[in-house]
Amino acid sequence: MTVRPEDLRLVLATDCGSTTTKAILFEKKPEGWRQTFRGEAPTTVEAPFEDVTIGARNAITEVEELSGRRILDPAVTDTLKFLTPAGDKDGIDLYVSTSSAGGGLQMTVAGVVRTMTAESAERAALGAGAIVMDVLSVDDRRKPHERIARIRHLRPDIVLLSGGIDGGTREHVVELAETLLAADPKPRFGRTLRLPVVYAGNKDVAGAVEALLKEHFGFQVVPNIRPVLERENLGPARAAIHEVFLTHVMSHAPGYDKLIAASPVPIISTPHAVGVMAEEAARRRGIDLLAVDIGGATTDVFSVCKTVFNRTVSANLGMSYSVSNVLLEAGIDNICRWLPFPADPNVIQGCLRNKMIRPTTIPQDLSDLIVEQAVAREALRLAFLHHRSLAVGLKGVQQERTISDAFAQTATGESLINMKDVSMIIGSGGVLSHAPDRRAAALMILDSFEPEGITELCVDSIFMMPHLGVFSSVHPDAAQEIFEHDCLVYLGTSVCPVFRKVKPGAPLLAYKLEGPSPAAGTLLCGALVRMELPLGASAKLTIEPAHRSVDVGAGPGKPVERTVRGGHAGLMLDGRGRPLVLPKSAAERVAANKRWMEAFGLELPEK
Amino acid sequence: MGTAYTPGLKVSPDAIVHKTRRLPVKGTVLVKVGDVVQPDTVVARAELPGDLETVRLAERMGMDADELQGSVKISVGQKVEKGQLLAEVKGFFGFFRTQVNAPSQGTVEYYAEVTGNLGIRKAPVPIEINAYVRGAVSEVLAGEGVIVAARGAFIQGIFGVGGERQGDILIACASPADVLTTDRIPQDCAGKVLVGGSLVGIDALNKAAERKAAAVVVGGILNQDLRAYLGYDLGVAITGDENVPLTLILTEGFGAIPMAERTFSLLRALQGRGASVNGATQIRAGAMRPEIIVPHAAVAQSSGLGPGSEGPPASGTAGLLAAGTPIRAIREPYFGQLGEVADLPPEPVRIGTGAVVRVLRMKLTDGRVVEVPRANVEIIER
Repeated sequence: MTVRPEDLRLVLATDCGSTTTKAILFEKKPEGWRQTFRGEAPTTVEAPFEDVTIGARNAITEVEELSGRRILDPAVTDTLKFLTPAGDKDGIDLYVSTSSAGGGLQMTVAGVVRTMTAESAERAALGAGAIVMDVLSVDDRRKPHERIARIRHLRPDIVLLSGGIDGGTREHVVELAETLLAADPKPRFGRTLRLPVVYAGNKDVAGAVEALLKEHFGFQVVPNIRPVLERENLGPARAAIHEVFLTHVMSHAPGYDKLIAASPVPIISTPHAVGVMAEEAARRRGIDLLAVDIGGATTDVFSVCKTVFNRTVSANLGMSYSVSNVLLEAGIDNICRWLPFPADPNVIQGCLRNKMIRPTTIPQDLSDLIVEQAVAREALRLAFLHHRSLAVGLKGVQQERTISDAFAQTATGESLINMKDVSMIIGSGGVLSHAPDRRAAALMILDSFEPEGITELCVDSIFMMPHLGVFSSVHPDAAQEIFEHDCLVYLGTSVCPVFRKVKPGAPLLAYKLEGPSPAAGTLLCGALVRMELPLGASAKLTIEPAHRSVDVGAGPGKPVERTVRGGHAGLMLDGRGRPLVLPKSAAERVAANKRWMEAFGLELPEK
Repeated sequence: MGTAYTPGLKVSPDAIVHKTRRLPVKGTVLVKVGDVVQPDTVVARAELPGDLETVRLAERMGMDADELQGSVKISVGQKVEKGQLLAEVKGFFGFFRTQVNAPSQGTVEYYAEVTGNLGIRKAPVPIEINAYVRGAVSEVLAGEGVIVAARGAFIQGIFGVGGERQGDILIACASPADVLTTDRIPQDCAGKVLVGGSLVGIDALNKAAERKAAAVVVGGILNQDLRAYLGYDLGVAITGDENVPLTLILTEGFGAIPMAERTFSLLRALQGRGASVNGATQIRAGAMRPEIIVPHAAVAQSSGLGPGSEGPPASGTAGLLAAGTPIRAIREPYFGQLGEVADLPPEPVRIGTGAVVRVLRMKLTDGRVVEVPRANVEIIER
């Protein structure tokens, strides 16, 4: 069925998340497309319900109650049947959905060399919205039986097998197929389903690999993701993953046959939809951009840098189910270092364990909230480190070098992310989107991402980027209009000079703000200063470095003049330096955190 | 409003529990509907495919894969014995033969001409699953396993480690507020399910393990003691496969928290009875919680143990909060306290963090009435 954007007036979108299903109504008003109502309900993909449409129906019912509009056909209760088209009081024109329920799309990928084809395979899977459970490669230092045991232990939805450039190695690729055959992994859903394997390796051995695997797996061949060393071709593999996800994996998940039938638009995975919006936002603005979605189980990071899109998921970094894993990976000391009060590490660990076993609870008092925000800083920091390690140029590529390149020690596989070029960071997920004080969200982003130069900080108002991502596949302009108007909440603009050899307390730069609340002053080394610049306002900012090493984006010692945008936190001047180093002594750390929170106008607990 | 339910943990003296006992691969079901089974009754059996052993023929013979043609002496699908000749090349004038023999018995599954590797699938490995709980078979899942129905006491914990165990209930503490200390671990607790009060420490756990107890059920544990018991820090909350000497089930959470009186009283009433316990926990939507099942003395085959006698809670009715509903606070500052719903104000309220959320007023057992976010209570299910 073809959907004509010009026929749309009311669109309902759901996102079936691992914990909650969120339903959102988009409406075409005289002033333009707007998000109007939202409802949510627990996701019901797992026992005892085992039907994703029950949760979707409950969330939609909440939208019906809030909007006073009948959306579902009351005569049909065992599936999702909508009243269409939209009338004055009833119905909608279109229903679309994304999903990450049941743990999202889980994949295992394999390639010959870890830093080349295996890394390309990982990027292909991540870009398609998958959680990568393991990356197998011939040089991963595991013995064949260890690889086999590992593959057996995992129960992926799809395996992506790559390896070798076209015309390159043959033996290693077939060996990987042999390993897969020996392991004979079983899919998560559908006991009768043959595990889908997408082959995207050396085309010369596609036949040999097929001969080995076609009897045991749902096998398909797509063009090589790395046909030559100098080029990645991730598109066909990603398209095949989407297709397999929809037709094989999701149709076997409980209730998804009904969900798929309810929409004329293909369901896409939640992170893929968020990626679509992030990529489009960067493209329309012509900027480098970062986005993050910190959920209960996972943290996704998206970057669009130098027009290259990358997405990573840290599968076990999250604020509820995975909170203990943040504790494990970051360490209790790293979590406690963000607290503005002394704390017994054992007590904090006990609190976090209790959050893990009762993941839907929320902090009731301020100190509890601050502990959660400390955990969020570490989860975000670790997820971003992971992202930077993967958002890199192609490795193993021979480059023509000039003498100056040789002196500059440039290498292949460099990070694509230069923080001074990143003009916007968008935060999403409960701890950021629903922070009771939005200035706290700004401080969390500042502490964990450590932006450099001049950067706009935003949050997704009610986590609607997935809904907009799938809607944009039908009506991209409407989706962008809602994104700008209702989704993006501006926290303000951060100014973070990078410098070296400046003593604490010494002047870093002089600033002058010309706008609704004019201000001028000097930012000292180590200080964090915030100035009011209201939401919707902008002002002219002039910066004059006080030291020749101070770089605010234009280069060391160079002055900057820019129009900056306001927001809930206004203008933030961060003179703490990069990388951000906290004081070693516990008492000094507590004092520093207090100072920073006070600078942001944040309330401190009484005890 | 749409269905907003507050899941709770089940603590029931009389429930019908269905346990699905499923093979990891297709196999043979050994029982039929209506059969009475004991925890150790084998209900289904299967054979897991044997390991696939790769033999690197070309590499072992010092040849390229494409030179091997004619040297391979077996064909795909052929059964081979350990030591049987797989490939052979003759050197100059028939001397200096190079041979590769089968490293194990099995069936040749593939020979890859590209790599010169050959795969031998070893003999299948038999696996069995037992009934785990005393009851009656209520449904046979053809070729996959069975559903065993049991009627009896059913208690869910909040978190556990260690897998399925069986043993008689033995109460080791006089009150739910008592700490299960080493001196409270009885000499003769081998094979028993020990029930403590508010807390167990690492020393007592080790003592219980030393005395071969099957499981410990207790209100809480300190995080550092759990780490000491497991030997590592727990990351993702998916448990049940730990290699621990006894299964540990927490009914309340981390810290010293008296076991809910209702849970403790029920367990005390079950003293001496045979229990099936499992510490396996998966905290996700539709969470799997640890459990203690104590079937009634007689397996009542005719009293509702048929299929579907305990379905999922009906959407919109289960777990709904109302005035008088018994609840427990599950987050600070009232963590672990019991009470009942006094009132459910419809309008969202600003709480201590500054967030505006829906709350309820909770009447604590000491008579105080406090405001708690609705997300921070759980219903004590019956």
